[in-house]
Amino acid sequence: MLMCVPAILFFAVFAYLPMPGLYLAFIKYNYTDGIFKSPFIGFDNFRFLVMTGDLWRLTFNTIAYNVAFIVLGNFLQIFVAIMLNELRKKWFKKLSQTIMFLPFFISFVIIGLIAYNILSFDYGLLNSILKSLGADPVKTYSNPHVWPLIIIITFLWQSTGYGSIVYFAAIMGLDSEVVEASEIDGANALQRILYIVLPWLKPTFIILLLFSLGGVLRGNFGLFYNLVGANNTSLYATTDIIETYVFRSLMNNFNFSMGSAVSLYQSVFGFIVVITANWLVKKTSPDNSLF
Amino acid sequence: MEVVRKRIRSDATSLAVRGFGYVFIGLFAICCLVPFLLVLGTSFTSEGSITKHGFNIWPREFSTFAYKIVFENPGLIVGSYMVTILITVVGTAAGLFLVAMTGYALQRPDFAQRNGISFFIYFTTLFSGGIVPFYLLINQYLKLHDSYLAVLLPGLMSPFLIIMMKSFTKSIPHAITESAKIDGAGDFTIFLRLILPMTTPALATIGLFIALGYWNEWYNAMLFLSPDMKYRPLQLFLYNVITSADFIRNSSAASNVPLRDMPLESMKMATAVVATGPVILFYPFVQRYFIQGITVGAVKG
Repeated sequence: MLMCVPAILFFAVFAYLPMPGLYLAFIKYNYTDGIFKSPFIGFDNFRFLVMTGDLWRLTFNTIAYNVAFIVLGNFLQIFVAIMLNELRKKWFKKLSQTIMFLPFFISFVIIGLIAYNILSFDYGLLNSILKSLGADPVKTYSNPHVWPLIIIITFLWQSTGYGSIVYFAAIMGLDSEVVEASEIDGANALQRILYIVLPWLKPTFIILLLFSLGGVLRGNFGLFYNLVGANNTSLYATTDIIETYVFRSLMNNFNFSMGSAVSLYQSVFGFIVVITANWLVKKTSPDNSLF
Repeated sequence: MEVVRKRIRSDATSLAVRGFGYVFIGLFAICCLVPFLLVLGTSFTSEGSITKHGFNIWPREFSTFAYKIVFENPGLIVGSYMVTILITVVGTAAGLFLVAMTGYALQRPDFAQRNGISFFIYFTTLFSGGIVPFYLLINQYLKLHDSYLAVLLPGLMSPFLIIMMKSFTKSIPHAITESAKIDGAGDFTIFLRLILPMTTPALATIGLFIALGYWNEWYNAMLFLSPDMKYRPLQLFLYNVITSADFIRNSSAASNVPLRDMPLESMKMATAVVATGPVILFYPFVQRYFIQGITVGAVKG
């Protein structure tokens, strides 16, 4: 059918055409020779990445952040959705939902600015508060240990309002007769949440989990780049993820081959993760698998 | 019934849970709002007060100096606004049309290749070439660098939105398509005249997603638009104000204020307010559609 032609063309050009470009990972690319005349070096790029320890650091950081995002993110989203459901005052519910949704609406550039506003050594709100309490100010932008906390909090701040809507909608789909029956049987709010609402949310949770597992090796580039900046070397140990590394190899070092090697590793590894996760879900509860 | 309900609902545990809910949600909402107030407050604070006391929500020394300088040379900001509005409007209209058309076609039961094409699209979320080949494609093969097309084209469609549209149009009975066919309507006419009007809520949601993506776009702009381009999309413009001293130096020259008197910090915040303000004012009106759309998507699974 003709209606699909634009979409097929679009994905062919923007998604499939770059794929053969992964050949870059196996050559020593230089600009004058171009892709096809640059010397073929096989797996040397990968060997280099393993030897310098970069690959391990990137993998660890990317996966650790994503696991934290997925676990804490879903936990907080479910919690907020359940609490919203308990509230009775309509205006309060609406207003708080609107405000919690707001951070999802702005760009990462603004988020970076807000972080700077709070964390800046000289003028930041955090240090103003610390000083007024008589504590020593912290040099956030040169201390790698605080960044996992900052990045995770920013992520939760930005995504919880948006993410909780899905769970809230799922709770809305819960049959009100079941809830009423449980109340007549004398269940209190806590029991209702534990034995009815939470089990009800399980399928939604599994689907969202599967979707997010697919991206477990994909970083949230906008978040990291705007919070940390691409060139803050002192923070690499805890903030460098696959995307920031690839970006640097593209924009700063012009090391196209190394960037492609990391991308290829990311794609292949990510692909295996999705297939495995889907296979596991299919085995345990066939209805919830993606394909 | 009402009486029974009331009595049961107000046992001690339930009341405690509800009370906790109010406190928790209230606090969380405040945490979401405060950072915005901080930016707003700082933009109205005099530079002297910032260097002495740091950033604050409530300006200790009120000043509109930063805004005065930002608006003294409005050309760049207005130009950036224009670029962003243009890209958003064109991109959203074109993208929405293409996503809707593809989504509709892919769920038609009488379309034999639908599964194959669906997989062709879905596969791109599983495996990708990464940004290096993408960068080379746009820059060297399509020659789109320094063209707004480099920002516009890649954002037109996404597998996620197509799948969303597909599952939404599935709820429209195929019998409608079939009866229109018997009446002699072509596929394209059916899509334009029958399907599109019936999917307004889905279109609103998907359109909002695309529009939000374009409005907040800075990544492709940063990759593909060179610094000598006069007008850059709003977010990239803002990014440059925040990170580069050049901008401050230029505005210092343009407004005849010596560099050392320039309100560096409050100017960053003022630019952010000017760049974001209109969207935030607009936000309460569109947020409703977002919630509706996400809700519809979630219930359908």
